[in-house]
Amino acid sequence: MFPAGRYWFHAGRCVRALRRCPRLDPGALGVRPTARRWASSDAPKITTHYSIHPRDQDPRWEGTEMERFADQADVVVVGAGPAGLSAAIRLKQLALAEEREVRVCVVEKASQIGAHTLSGACLEPSALNELLPDWKERGAPLHTPVTEDIFSILTEKHRIPVPMLPGLPMNNHGNYIVRLGNLVRWLGEQAEELGVELYPGYAAAEVLFHEDGSVKGIATNDVGIAKDGSPKDTFERGMELHAQVTLFGEGCHGHLAKQLYRHFNLRQNCEPQTYAIGLKEVWVVRPEKWRPGRVEHSVGWPLNRNTYGGSFLYHLNEGEPLVALGFVVGLDYSNPYLSPFREFQRWKHHPFVAPTLEGGERIGYGARALNEGGVQSIPELTFPGGILIGCSPGFMNVPKIKGTHTAMKSGMLAAEDSAPSAGNSSPSSGLHVPEYAESLKASWVWKELHAVRNIRPSFHNYLGLYGGMVYTGIFYWILRGKEPWTLKHCGLDSDQLKPAKECTPIEYPRPDGKLSFDLLSSVALSGTNHEGDQPAHLTLRDDSVPVERNLAIYDGPEQRFCPAGVYEYVPTDDGAGMRLQINAQNCVHCKTCDIKDPSQNINWVVPEGSGGPAYNGM
Amino acid sequence: MSGRVLVGVKRVIDYAVKIRVKPDHSGVVTEGVKHSMNPFCEIAVEEAVKMKEKKLIKEVVAVSCGPQQVQETIRTALAMGADRGIHVEVSAKEYESLGPLQVSKILAALAKKEEAQLIILGKQAIDGDCNQTGQMTAALLDWPQGTFASEVTLEAGHVKVVREIDGGLETIKINTPAVLTADLRLNTPRYATLPNIMKAKKKKIANVKPADLGVELASKLQVLRVDEPPQREAGVKVESVDDLVGKLKEAGRI
Repeated sequence: MFPAGRYWFHAGRCVRALRRCPRLDPGALGVRPTARRWASSDAPKITTHYSIHPRDQDPRWEGTEMERFADQADVVVVGAGPAGLSAAIRLKQLALAEEREVRVCVVEKASQIGAHTLSGACLEPSALNELLPDWKERGAPLHTPVTEDIFSILTEKHRIPVPMLPGLPMNNHGNYIVRLGNLVRWLGEQAEELGVELYPGYAAAEVLFHEDGSVKGIATNDVGIAKDGSPKDTFERGMELHAQVTLFGEGCHGHLAKQLYRHFNLRQNCEPQTYAIGLKEVWVVRPEKWRPGRVEHSVGWPLNRNTYGGSFLYHLNEGEPLVALGFVVGLDYSNPYLSPFREFQRWKHHPFVAPTLEGGERIGYGARALNEGGVQSIPELTFPGGILIGCSPGFMNVPKIKGTHTAMKSGMLAAEDSAPSAGNSSPSSGLHVPEYAESLKASWVWKELHAVRNIRPSFHNYLGLYGGMVYTGIFYWILRGKEPWTLKHCGLDSDQLKPAKECTPIEYPRPDGKLSFDLLSSVALSGTNHEGDQPAHLTLRDDSVPVERNLAIYDGPEQRFCPAGVYEYVPTDDGAGMRLQINAQNCVHCKTCDIKDPSQNINWVVPEGSGGPAYNGM
Repeated sequence: MSGRVLVGVKRVIDYAVKIRVKPDHSGVVTEGVKHSMNPFCEIAVEEAVKMKEKKLIKEVVAVSCGPQQVQETIRTALAMGADRGIHVEVSAKEYESLGPLQVSKILAALAKKEEAQLIILGKQAIDGDCNQTGQMTAALLDWPQGTFASEVTLEAGHVKVVREIDGGLETIKINTPAVLTADLRLNTPRYATLPNIMKAKKKKIANVKPADLGVELASKLQVLRVDEPPQREAGVKVESVDDLVGKLKEAGRI
């Protein structure tokens, strides 16, 4: 394949890269030491990204100008989601009230605010009421108060109704069904009115550090790197944004947060985060099926009692007869043959669900991972120069399946605690705001999360779902979560898969093209796209692990858990074996692969800004 | 010669987004949908900026017609290197019926007002696919046109344009002032990087109304109905030639 001379150089470079990677302890990752593999002639070369193959060792980059333009702000916010925008708005509100100037810059990888936002969503307006009490006059897109709340346990053909008693976490009285992407877009407009500098289309790709190890700010992504990792004519370095304090609001499983956990050892006193994947579609239904304000949740079929997950179906009231529906599967599932996408598609055929969708038209599709760890998995939230906000550290109330209100509140608290110091800068050291963790513990966020802390872990028992529901009934509904113990999760999601030979493949029905659909037409509906000529942003620490481990032991689960068809095992050109093909352009930035890869070999990094899904009001 | 180049940029629905027809069939859904600069307009901006960098021209002016949101597109052009922008304000209602003829009249009026030496446009917009604005603008101004340009060489008093045509490549020499329309292979547009976006916020965008330019926006065309393309029917396999002939007769084809 490659001329021997060039390959030898490549081998040496890769060995140096492997040695440099701090976390690459082969034993811990379950990866066999593979340094010798690089010298063999049939080792695959898949990854070309500079985070795996550093450019300062790469002769193609010799002589390329790597200086970056830098600018100074008071606060930089990474991520224009509910947490990031609430923080930005709050910072400006406080500055206005105290008659001082504060420069707030928000960077966002999506091409427009809201384009990467995906959620159910039933919003609890508590945080919004605190942030912008006159949201109604300002035209916030909260048009659908919840009028009906239905909960069911599904069997293959039937439905067991469960009464939605007040006090149960799933009760939605007083909440609004929203299209979160539209709410985020509206928050963006409010932020701009207050003078926040919003920069959609620019991804934060690197964390910058002062000499003393504190966070100095971020650098946006470089552009103009070819698929093979070499510089193109259009190559330009990203820009550095320096700030007193940087708020990291990347959402669930952010890639910079992953680096920060390691760098500052923020997870030493908490449990690993556990996750779920949520897939969602938006449908236009026939007017006679439309019940605006109706909220439906279900558990049970098609998942077995030991796989956490369930569905949602919300009827919006925004003019057109729109329904937002979706399916959540806990990523601690053990059967590598499980495909969350296909579970979602077959759930739609259930006799309780299908009638709503019959005769309707699907207009949107997307997916995103969400946190399920609750208080047990919250890391240390502050470090010199930075604060973690929103779903990145993870404040989702799992039984309520709501995280937006707590994310917004966390952003607001971060703003309130860093505001007095922002503007009084020390140019050589990042600001540490440890008060933030205290404020959070004293707020309703912690109270709420503490009360529900044992519900999700209670599913890890022989009776699975049913045991969990009984636990919730007794300890949450009756005793309000006041039991003195805290249950643990069962470890990393990526460790939960059983080898394929111990599991049975699942027979999924073929999509019928009316209610259920194939993967690729679904991905097309997400509007996702990336500049084709750039290195794949799904990077592998070791290019040989997918075939040697993931495929050999687990039958390639990434082909099934990716909701966008990024990973495919295809025969090699000579037909002798298989190879992993990464269709990076399809990626919808859900982060599931980074979470669930049993070898923890996949490292999602941010692609060129503006790439990714083009969700419209998801 | 003024050394000023006018570049037209259009804000269109991003090419990767799935288009949806409005329920009332009056058009396509644009609310909240991802938009970006028309890819051929990006190439046009890049060409103009390249000419300025080679000191062949002095100023690049980016123009766009439409409602408030087109200012984002003008800002992108400014970030790529245009010096100033002109936003021709057209209300959202009027924008629905704005077609190549009205845009050409606007561009022609602006070209005279700004004493432009060159107008560079994209060859067509990916939403309308009309491929008419460049040609109409040249006709209204009575200027020569170099359309489907894949290579442009600006010299004193004239322009050499290599055009992509059905049979291959055609090289023409036209006098300036002239209208050029950019084809795909003219250049690779640069990225609008963040420092340039920040600088672009300080560049001026002037607001102009079509009436100020003496242009009537009323369209003589009325869109009656917009529909999705018909769904592709599944094919049918036939066993023999007789079968095939029978099926063709059934379908009334023979």
